[in-house]
Amino acid sequence: MTDILPDQNPISRKGRPRALVSGVASDSHTWNLVFLQLVCEEEGLDVVNLGPCVPDDLLVTECVDQRPDLVVISTVNGHGYREGLRVVPKLRTRPELDGVPIVIGGRLGVTGRREDDLAEKLTAAGCDGVFDRGGPEDLEDFRTLAAAVAWSADGAAARAPVQLG
Amino acid sequence: MTAGFGGFVADTAASGELVVQPRMGFGDVETMRVGLLATKRARAATAGTITVDSYTRVGDLESAAAALASGAALNGYPLVSQGVEANKELLSGIRDATFPVQVRHGSANPGKIFEALLDAGLDATEGGPVSYCLPYSRMPLNQAVDHWARGCELLATRGQAAGREPHLETFGGCILGQLCPPSQLVALSVLEGLFFQSYGLRDISLSYAQQTSPEQDIEAVLALRALAGEFLAGARWHVVVYAYMGVYPETPHGTASLLTSAAELAVRTGAERLIVKTEAESLRIPTIEENVAALELAGTAARAARPATPPPSSTDSQVYAEARRLVDATLELHEDVGRALLRAFKLGYLDIPYCVHPDNRGAARSHIDNDGSLRWADVGSLPLDGLVARRRSRPVGSTELVDALHYVRRRHDGRD
Repeated sequence: MTDILPDQNPISRKGRPRALVSGVASDSHTWNLVFLQLVCEEEGLDVVNLGPCVPDDLLVTECVDQRPDLVVISTVNGHGYREGLRVVPKLRTRPELDGVPIVIGGRLGVTGRREDDLAEKLTAAGCDGVFDRGGPEDLEDFRTLAAAVAWSADGAAARAPVQLG
Repeated sequence: MTAGFGGFVADTAASGELVVQPRMGFGDVETMRVGLLATKRARAATAGTITVDSYTRVGDLESAAAALASGAALNGYPLVSQGVEANKELLSGIRDATFPVQVRHGSANPGKIFEALLDAGLDATEGGPVSYCLPYSRMPLNQAVDHWARGCELLATRGQAAGREPHLETFGGCILGQLCPPSQLVALSVLEGLFFQSYGLRDISLSYAQQTSPEQDIEAVLALRALAGEFLAGARWHVVVYAYMGVYPETPHGTASLLTSAAELAVRTGAERLIVKTEAESLRIPTIEENVAALELAGTAARAARPATPPPSSTDSQVYAEARRLVDATLELHEDVGRALLRAFKLGYLDIPYCVHPDNRGAARSHIDNDGSLRWADVGSLPLDGLVARRRSRPVGSTELVDALHYVRRRHDGRD
């Protein structure tokens, strides 16, 4: 039997490290989100998958409510640069999400090519990663990041003495 | 020439030709017009397409208008924001009895799009309360059912009042694009067709998207035709096949081979219309020229194909048996098709594998069998007892999922 002591500090209490996976408002594609959920789970993160067509306000509210350790925005319909530049600043104005990595990736423009200036703008707007090269190296880098987030968040959870076996 | 989109398709089919149609959509009137003209002039029996941009699809008309004003690239034509004059100008001299135009949109709340297309003098579109909600929207399914009920009534009454026979195609046979077993695609197509009919539409097309196995796909389209004959009495209907909607081949010979097999599927099963995909599909939004090339390739492949002789039985198949069971079990839940669909999803009688919408049960899983057929790995609560062995699937990993998603690409690119 496991006893859980009353939590002295509810804000800092953490469960398993968690990623929030989301599409953007105008993008209806799902497979990219299902795939990224599995990748995150394999790297040790629990996942909240908001699915496709997530309006900006809902994404912000869910992030604030759920306090994920990583926010993963994925979009492939060609509006990603535009919509990322709209929603990421909204996430970054929330103090609750200070220090939470936000990454975006997929097919972000309509041309099928990386658009360096727009990628830089996304970084400047507060994205910690822009995965828009469309190759296997993007996935490798993302896996590394997810594993690192899982590892450090797990470490933080282990240091928080809230549970006795 | 019989009137309307359905009439054009029926006449073309009667003359022995397959109607081929692109999924084209561009943000500005000029390019959209060039695209429609190029479709009309393509060497094939074509129908035109206006695909709406995804801001308009989700009802974010502000963003659509802003993009239009700033000249930013859109991934489709903003039908509502362009306004009625621009839309009429777009169609003037292009749309006529030999070249009907369908509006494609993907909206769970299609009212404004339907009004805009009716205002522009158009009367053919597509979608469905389930097929444009579960995979494409976060809207609760019961709201989408209500929106679509009102949308169907609007299309039927305004179109018919103008002396036309408005046409509505269900996207139910394409749901999620890939990895949904064919029997459920067929069942959803029929159920959404019945939904349209119950709200006044009399001219309907039923879709089916090419999946992983040519043999199983033939079974599926024949099952769809048989069920449409049984359930849609009183409506004029035809079947539209979609070239594969999942991860598309990357090589020119791979894309050509997949599109050719889609055209063959359509001809062999007596389907009247085909939605093509282009060789650029795996990379980006295709150009007008790429669309025309795909239309002409599909048209040529269709002319070279022959209907299967003797025609395989349309009702003595696994796909028919499963689809029939899903349709019957759903319709038994409520006399109103919309309410029946809602209850079916709540009970898990309908359940789309991998669909993350909160109103989808998410217990059913699919897999690609050794013979290439798409089958149930886990039926969840689907009422398929006696038809499919009940087993619990093990969790699918990301590599396995990607493998299944890329099965068709590998096979047609010749890497299998």
